Amino acid sequence: MYGGGNVFEATKFDDVQTEDPAKLAEFEARIARGEKIEPTDWMPELYRKQLIRMIEQHAHSEIIGALPEGTWITRAPGFRRKMAQMAKVQDEVGHAQLLYSAAETLGKSREQMLTDLISGKSKYSNVFNYPAFTWADSNIISWLIDAGAIVNQMANAKGSYGPYSRALERICAEEAFHLKYGHDAVVHMATGTPKQREMIQAALNRWWPPIMTFFGPSDKMSTHTETLMRWKVKMASNDECRQQFLDMYVPKIWELGLTVPDPKLKKNMETGQWEFTEPDWDEFKRVINGDGPCNAERLAVRRTAEERGAWVRRALLNPKAKYVRPLA
Amino acid sequence: MNEQAIKDLLYKLADDQLILGHRNSEWTGFGPILEEDIAFSSMAQDKIGHSLAFYTLLQELGEAEPDTVAFTRNANQFHNSQLVELPNGEYDFSLIRHFLYDNAEIIRFEMLSQSSYEPIAKVATKLKGEVKYHVLHANTWIKNLGSSIEEAILRLQTSLNEAMPYALAMFEKSKYEQELIDTSVYAGEEAVKAEWLKRITAVIEKTDLKLPDLAIIEPKFGGRYGEHTEHLQPLLDEMAEVFKIDPTAEW
Repeated sequence: MYGGGNVFEATKFDDVQTEDPAKLAEFEARIARGEKIEPTDWMPELYRKQLIRMIEQHAHSEIIGALPEGTWITRAPGFRRKMAQMAKVQDEVGHAQLLYSAAETLGKSREQMLTDLISGKSKYSNVFNYPAFTWADSNIISWLIDAGAIVNQMANAKGSYGPYSRALERICAEEAFHLKYGHDAVVHMATGTPKQREMIQAALNRWWPPIMTFFGPSDKMSTHTETLMRWKVKMASNDECRQQFLDMYVPKIWELGLTVPDPKLKKNMETGQWEFTEPDWDEFKRVINGDGPCNAERLAVRRTAEERGAWVRRALLNPKAKYVRPLA
Repeated sequence: MNEQAIKDLLYKLADDQLILGHRNSEWTGFGPILEEDIAFSSMAQDKIGHSLAFYTLLQELGEAEPDTVAFTRNANQFHNSQLVELPNGEYDFSLIRHFLYDNAEIIRFEMLSQSSYEPIAKVATKLKGEVKYHVLHANTWIKNLGSSIEEAILRLQTSLNEAMPYALAMFEKSKYEQELIDTSVYAGEEAVKAEWLKRITAVIEKTDLKLPDLAIIEPKFGGRYGEHTEHLQPLLDEMAEVFKIDPTAEW
């Protein structure tokens, strides 16, 4: 589950000026022909850095995203939901495993990535800094956050880096099941008892603002962004993803008799674009930089897990073994 | 065939699997490595699935439906061994418990696949194929970590010593024990325990761990008769937290 809105800032674009022009031209020609770039192929440093950053953030989002929903595994009502919730969250952890491997092919070890996550150096999807207060919150995450993630990941699956795009294809197939599961759970709540309806509407109200920031702020169109789009690292703009998400899911939310808590939300039939209240980007920035309702808790949980499990990793380590990065 | 005896056996099997499955699922997001998160989650899913299969057999014998049975009973109505309800603790305790429990569970399922009570025999035959992998997982990890660094060996040994009184109580006899044996429904706890000792000893001998002296251990009996530690009721309260908002609702 990953929105991807916060990836492409703060790398110096100058990096690319120092690359060998002939190699760079050949690299760009390959991408233009639709070829995939593989781990041992030549690539510009900027490409490598951006991909590590993007895949790493995606992987972190999967394991941190497992926490708000994981809380509800032990509370899921009835066998059917309990089994599905377990399988769903397990999938997310499995995605992290796949993605860390994909990022490792670019030269950064999993241990280093996890260290950077705990220290706060690397980021993860901002939505997981919000709490899942009730079972209904967990249902909204399973449906709408996973839906948003699919929009983003389907686009990225067409990207140029082989290992990432192959991992995403597999991930999307699994996310499609999550979406069905989440939708089914929300349908049961929305068509259930008055108490259930009240729970699911309250959860939607809580989650709508984070959902609207899920894809990140409008992209600043810079040479930097253009390059990343030409290199097929960035596949769709944040606004495009947001519009696509609204197109696909607002009618489904309305169909259930639920209310989207934004009086300005409507589709402009002339432009074909959704209009909505501009999300609070100041809050988005504040939360992403550490000052959200759950940032400290999420990282503390992850840090505790890493510290408590450290002896296992030490015990497994063969002192003579040398680190070898996975192939793809 | 004495239906009460069969029900007693089914409750024991189902409750053990449900409670340990629940505990295993608590590892999701907290494992020492991602692969172990995933493994414990897989085992949790299997075990809770197994409990559902046994609760379904109970329903066929006239008990309430599985959701009601699992989500609305109190601790003193549960027949699981105390071993499975203990908190996960650190990974070493969870691993040791998993090793001691699953090596017993596979034997139960192997024996039950020969049961004269056909519905149990069918289910056990199907499920033992899954538990086989749980045992493989436990034994592999015990062998790896149990002969690795001193810290790991020390942790596992401490957990083994702590878990053993509870593990021995898995074999607490039912009040219908002799009847189940006489009618060939179940080979009985003594038979399971004898085989279990052989199997766990064979694994432990390949490590730097030592089996504690079983002769001087007092088993923590009571679980099969509804006596539990203070850890079970909070687990059940958490499990039923949403379900009890409205037990008649469709979730």
